[in-house]
Amino acid sequence: MSHVVRKYFADFEKEEQWLNDMSAKGLALVEYSWARYVFEESAPGEYIYRLELLEEDPKKAKSAEYLQFMEETGAERVPAGKRPSGKTVYVNPRWVIFRKKAAEGAFTIYSDTDSKIKHYQRIYRLWISLAVMELIIGVFNISLMFVNNPTALNRINLIMGLLLIVLALFFISLSMPIRRKITKLQNDKLVRE
Amino acid sequence: MSGSNEYGALTEGVYYILLSLFTPMHGYGIMQNVKLLSNGRVELGAGTLYGALGTLVERGWIEPLAGGQDSRKKEYRITESGRSALLSEMTRLDELLSNGRKLIGGEPE
Repeated sequence: MSHVVRKYFADFEKEEQWLNDMSAKGLALVEYSWARYVFEESAPGEYIYRLELLEEDPKKAKSAEYLQFMEETGAERVPAGKRPSGKTVYVNPRWVIFRKKAAEGAFTIYSDTDSKIKHYQRIYRLWISLAVMELIIGVFNISLMFVNNPTALNRINLIMGLLLIVLALFFISLSMPIRRKITKLQNDKLVRE
Repeated sequence: MSGSNEYGALTEGVYYILLSLFTPMHGYGIMQNVKLLSNGRVELGAGTLYGALGTLVERGWIEPLAGGQDSRKKEYRITESGRSALLSEMTRLDELLSNGRKLIGGEPE
């Protein structure tokens, strides 16, 4: 029997923790798409879950090669679902959820400080680039106010612009804890590998 | 994993990867071998290992085995310059250890 949970996470490590807590309770994630989690009953703790932001779109050669390597090590990618034809589909371009049977041993993706920093930096750049994009479009929308005559359209530009700026602030708020994690790891690196 | 610069220390992951590749191995084999060599202490993350393999190939310290293209799993082995990088790291580690022992003892009983 499958259970569907709708939930949103801003912090991927909390999301990962939640998936592992669910797994410990005997609910293993089998599908994920846009804040919709589908679980199936399993032996408690059967799977370990890990999240990763890939360097590139999974369809690109570099990521495809990496995904194959992950498979060789016993990890599988959690899909978005299955088409009626039976074809497995994936959403969410660069964020990937992996799972691996706990019986096959520990499952970590990044085990040393350097590679952890690189992964966090990837995430940090994603949030910052989204923030900058929203900010530019937002400011552009508001600036239209001064070009156009005061009309109803004008007000829409202002509202859109403000919404986009709020969205930009949201992405900045996501990036800040990541920045702190990077700084902490970089400080650790001064002392040990 | 940046591994090392020209004269710096190798990460322990890189050290054990190089040591493992005196026998040709694929990725998962390396992970298991490193765990075995270190008595379970060093468990390489798959992403970390993947990054390290890429960097080491770029540096010419290891190479993918010919014929690995058609088989699904790519195997790697250490090269001559990988060997000398490993040897100079061992010399460096020797120096650290012998200085430590000379100054504060700690020679295993």
